[in-house]
Amino acid sequence: MALQDKYKELIDYARTSGISDLQVREQDNVLYVDGAAPSGEVKDKLWDIYSKLDPDFRSADVVMDVNVSTAVAGSKARVTTEKSNLNIRKGPGTDQTVIGKAAHDEIVTLVSKTNNQWWLIRTDKGQEGYAYAQYLTTTS
Amino acid sequence: MKITIVRLIVLMLFTTVSVSTISSCKSKPKDTDIQTAITGKFSAVSELSAVTATVSDGVVTLSGECKDEASKANAENLAKETEGVKSVINNCTVAAPPPAPAPVVISADDQLIKGVADATKDFPGVKTSVKDGVVTLTGEIKKADLKKLMQSLHSLKPKKIENHLTVK
Repeated sequence: MALQDKYKELIDYARTSGISDLQVREQDNVLYVDGAAPSGEVKDKLWDIYSKLDPDFRSADVVMDVNVSTAVAGSKARVTTEKSNLNIRKGPGTDQTVIGKAAHDEIVTLVSKTNNQWWLIRTDKGQEGYAYAQYLTTTS
Repeated sequence: MKITIVRLIVLMLFTTVSVSTISSCKSKPKDTDIQTAITGKFSAVSELSAVTATVSDGVVTLSGECKDEASKANAENLAKETEGVKSVINNCTVAAPPPAPAPVVISADDQLIKGVADATKDFPGVKTSVKDGVVTLTGEIKKADLKKLMQSLHSLKPKKIENHLTVK
């Protein structure tokens, strides 16, 4: 229960911010927080609190897998790379051939979710392939 | 004279017995009163609100569902302490404990290795190792990239992440 005290602020926020399917579990001295956030802002806020309570994420006592629930098949997403193009690959993995690119800030369509890392996307030009989820931000 | 004394004693005895019989009859609570008293006690305890008591000749039978063994015992004690109760038959059932949360699912190492490779592709300064679900990070990273990398790694469902990165 010590971890739940250390991360009380994080847990309290998670419980009151409308996260669906929220699970807060402690196992072998690691706190696992899982769920789907109603918006990217909520996810950001969770990570802000986490980094405040554990600067630079050094303690190795939290695994927080909270994705954004608005990222559903059919919705639009913006390519939020730093400034470069986003690779579109043949399959879900960086070992897969790059078959196209989506420009920084381009709007693409989410076709289906492979896992938390990879989305099958389609560009407005009709190019379809797999892109890394981290660089896709759903537009509201 | 002797006979008179004996009579007197017999009379006195009779009087005592009859008076005590009458008084005990009068003070003995009725079953309905006992039931009301017990129900009142239970209603004051939230976890005993589903327990009911029936009384017959001072014998109380408890039924209904208790939260746990402790509250079941508590119900019995409260009933026993009630005036006029001769004995208590405790037929309360104890609710099954709530199911324990499902254990955390940790990704297999081969899955993690692949996911970690994908996540760190854009951060060439970061070296990684994966063993028994634990992802260990060494090397260096820009402060601005750390959170981004961590978000990716956390969503891989590792057991934990040992961050030994030098943050620049």
